[in-house]
Amino acid sequence: MSEVISTDVAIVGAGPVGLFAVFELGLLDIKCHLIDILPKPGGQCAELYPEKPIYDIPGFPIISGQELVDNLMKQIRPFGPKFHLNEIVDRLEIAGTAEHPLFRVGTDNDKVIEAKALFIAAGGGSFQPKKPPLAGLDAYENTSVFYSVRKMEHFRGRRVVVVGGGDSALDWVLNLHPVASRVTLIHRRDAFRAAPHSVNAMRALVGAGKMDFVLGQVTALKGADGQLSALTVRREDGEVYDLACDDMLPFFGLTMKLGPIAHWGLNLHENLIPTDTEKFETSVPGIFAVGDINTYPGKLKLILCGFHEAALAAQRAFHYVYPDKKLTFQYTTSSTSLQRKLGVS
Amino acid sequence: MTKVTFIDAAGQSRTVEGQVGSTVMETALRNSVPGIEAECGGACACATCHVYVSPEWTEVVGKPSQMEEDMLDFAFEVRPNSRLSCQIKVSEALDGLIVTTPGKQG
Repeated sequence: MSEVISTDVAIVGAGPVGLFAVFELGLLDIKCHLIDILPKPGGQCAELYPEKPIYDIPGFPIISGQELVDNLMKQIRPFGPKFHLNEIVDRLEIAGTAEHPLFRVGTDNDKVIEAKALFIAAGGGSFQPKKPPLAGLDAYENTSVFYSVRKMEHFRGRRVVVVGGGDSALDWVLNLHPVASRVTLIHRRDAFRAAPHSVNAMRALVGAGKMDFVLGQVTALKGADGQLSALTVRREDGEVYDLACDDMLPFFGLTMKLGPIAHWGLNLHENLIPTDTEKFETSVPGIFAVGDINTYPGKLKLILCGFHEAALAAQRAFHYVYPDKKLTFQYTTSSTSLQRKLGVS
Repeated sequence: MTKVTFIDAAGQSRTVEGQVGSTVMETALRNSVPGIEAECGGACACATCHVYVSPEWTEVVGKPSQMEEDMLDFAFEVRPNSRLSCQIKVSEALDGLIVTTPGKQG
């Protein structure tokens, strides 16, 4: 049985716009749960450019991606949002009536979040592992090709090839080395982006003859019935040969894909969700789309536009959460009621 | 204005005008040239604007920086003439530049 969590609004995506939506909804006494596939909040800001400066956030001549995320987290703390990280929303069920809909979003961690309104703030989609362009790759996925390690035991006694040169690749080389019968690391150059101590540990194992390092790239897969038997490798020196193996773990970073949202029955336009520009509601009443994932005439993919969209969507969402209440617009500067919610009065 | 030619993986060639000072990636997007995704928008953070610089141009274009070289680890089928097109600035010296886009970016 899935765990069912009831809340006011479920937000898909914990990037800057999803986070700011918590603020705007919070001022209206609306509680939120956020779901994100990444292990931390912040979306692209935290994953793609934490150190890089952003110059077009109003009031901040310069701010880094991570600083913006940290500030947003501080700003929404009074509203106690609940985060479900490392989880992807893989299904949506709509119950209730058109005027009082009820949304049940299910995650791959067997949770169901039931909400009166749904905010899709999924940016460019969900971050998913990049798949190398090798013919027939799909047939081996989850049986012989893995983009993450869920069960170490699967690799016991097997010949494992790890491809890549970052922390994920190096960490798994070191973790799987005692379990696998032989571990081989393949990387295109003799330089790594990983923590120096991991690189040193890997080099020591290679030096002691306990694992192999191949300077080169994988060009083809060999095997049958979902089981790899060898990888064709082109070495840096030009030699092409077959390396016998049972499992391959490619680590080429993450890419953004729309993912399960495509199957939720929403109108889509080139992988974006069309909304109105008054309340940023989608073709399904009660489902809002804010930030980079939405589209409308004149849309700009800017964080500041996402903030504006979240503020307006929140006003409309109020009516789904509190159908019988009247909403009075207030300023945080002058309203003691808002200040009490923010914990400053 | 300088001309940049993009050849896709299937061999189709497209020559477009690039603005001096903008990047080869921006030139591709502005002219709707397929084969360049530029997921991160030019922050040198994703490796989805990978191109192969035509051999006669590699010297003029130059080598990738350390940060770009690190990012190229996330690209597929990296070759000695691989570059990220968000890190190549269009200049007078690059008038006539030819780059090939790989079969798969992300």
